[in-house]
Amino acid sequence: MTISRDDIEKVAVLARIRVDDEQVSALEKDLGNILDLVDQLGAADTDSVEPMAHPLDAVQRLRADEVTETNQREAFQAIAPATENGLYLVPRVIE
Amino acid sequence: MHNKSVAELSRELESGKISSVELTQQFLDRIKREDGKYNSFITVTGEQALSDARVADEQRAAGNATPWTGVPFAHKDIFCTNGVRTTCGSKMLENFVPPYDATVTANFRQAGAVCLGKTNMDEFAMGSSNENSYFGAVTNPWGLSQGNKRVPGGSSGGSAAAVSARLVPAATATDTGGSIRQPAALCGVTGLKPTYGRVSRYGMIAFASSLDQGGTIARSAEDNALMLNVMAGFDAKDSTSINREVPDYTATLNEPLKGLKIGLPKEYFSDQLSPAMEQQVRNAVNEYEKLGATVKEVSLPNAKLAIAAYYVIAPAEASANLSRFDGVRYGYRCEDPKDLMDLYTRSRAEGFGTEVKRRILVGTYALSAGYFDAYYLKAQKVRRLIQQDFINAFKEVDVLMSPTTPSPAFIQGEKTSDPVTMYLEDVFTIAINLAGVPAMSVPAGFVDGLPVGLQIIGDYFSEARLLNAAHQFQQVTDWHQREPQ
Repeated sequence: MTISRDDIEKVAVLARIRVDDEQVSALEKDLGNILDLVDQLGAADTDSVEPMAHPLDAVQRLRADEVTETNQREAFQAIAPATENGLYLVPRVIE
Repeated sequence: MHNKSVAELSRELESGKISSVELTQQFLDRIKREDGKYNSFITVTGEQALSDARVADEQRAAGNATPWTGVPFAHKDIFCTNGVRTTCGSKMLENFVPPYDATVTANFRQAGAVCLGKTNMDEFAMGSSNENSYFGAVTNPWGLSQGNKRVPGGSSGGSAAAVSARLVPAATATDTGGSIRQPAALCGVTGLKPTYGRVSRYGMIAFASSLDQGGTIARSAEDNALMLNVMAGFDAKDSTSINREVPDYTATLNEPLKGLKIGLPKEYFSDQLSPAMEQQVRNAVNEYEKLGATVKEVSLPNAKLAIAAYYVIAPAEASANLSRFDGVRYGYRCEDPKDLMDLYTRSRAEGFGTEVKRRILVGTYALSAGYFDAYYLKAQKVRRLIQQDFINAFKEVDVLMSPTTPSPAFIQGEKTSDPVTMYLEDVFTIAINLAGVPAMSVPAGFVDGLPVGLQIIGDYFSEARLLNAAHQFQQVTDWHQREPQ
């Protein structure tokens, strides 16, 4: 399975990772090799097999809809790159 | 003191022969003196440790001691520690100081153990050699006397190297595809990956959530049991935690092994394994026969697909988990972002290392429209086939035994050029994570002066039996006590 430069550029946008032109060739080779490795899966007969998401097939637990956590905004925002008045700052989104 | 086990140190503290403050200072001095050679710690928390040690001594004096009160240990830098920087081996989290404790961290705190610091690891636990750490590679204490800098394995390479070098008697670790067992094997120490769901993942920075499991590294099986006693148990804060009784893992260590049925998966004794490695593993199995166990060959016919399934599932889950690192709420942010997209893409490009980005891209690709069924769903189906192999095997035998790795510790830089070569390092460990069963690596000999690990795999929640089997082996062998020169 080969992966094209085009695919890599598209995936990089989806993953929100900037990829420079010179990195694309290395990724083409490495990702191609990884996809070759995983292509072995095609050989397995899985027609009547249920996909497995949890080793013990446990399902999501539900809890009562009650407040369990106190507000810790100050503690959480103390480690943020930029905040103001309790808000996270990012570059202007709406002109 | 540095050669003593957790169990022995606990007894020394209890008898009053040494205080926790003295013990803690000795280990801190040793880390300061020795760790330049290994780079096994990212952060050493000396002041905090001494202050915790003083509290521990008071607790003991007051008669409120647990076996861990005042005993030094270290956390893999993947477990969040309130007020202490937690990097996960990444530039992304270089300055991240968590505002909360992981459940595992809280458990050790509650038990009175003294954490000396945070151990080095492959970035976001992705790697098998510890060469993917933003904070530099870790060097295996074994092999240095031959003049070679060898890898300690990964991703818990710092924990394994620190325990092997006697910088701490025990360290926490995590295992997604072999990250406890492979470094334990390469460093000549004992490691346990519990059943998926046995140890809380809350506050353990996520890589692949359906595979990640916290576990233990120490020199002896007994010390692993003491660690698991503190770590195991249900946690409402982890949505995949299993609510099931936790036994005292030390209580059954001395049960005789007579009648233990051992299976040797024939796929794990293939030509990937060097004859010298195989000989060591066969010798270990012979020891078990002398202890009264019986041995038969079994088959895991789908094990050969494990690496392929893993390299879809793990990157796919990683790509989702690591999407939280966006440069907005915590972690690294690039300088002068020109717009929001630039902020995201540059913070992530600069904050993540090469292997992490590679896996995020593979995972994003596997989950993207048009590929989801062919990759992720297919891999999840193959995962069930692999699990079924283990279920079938455990109808016939009590435990499975195999080598932990195909070869001993390799030289740094030897496998970094091609990611797939590195991935094959986990050929004997990965299927266990896919099935979710527990497994250990136990020191079982040497090849060319380097340690060899015996992998012991058990059925779901059979940690006590694995620890018992490992402990009995360690009563008749001394591989786990060998010290690197």
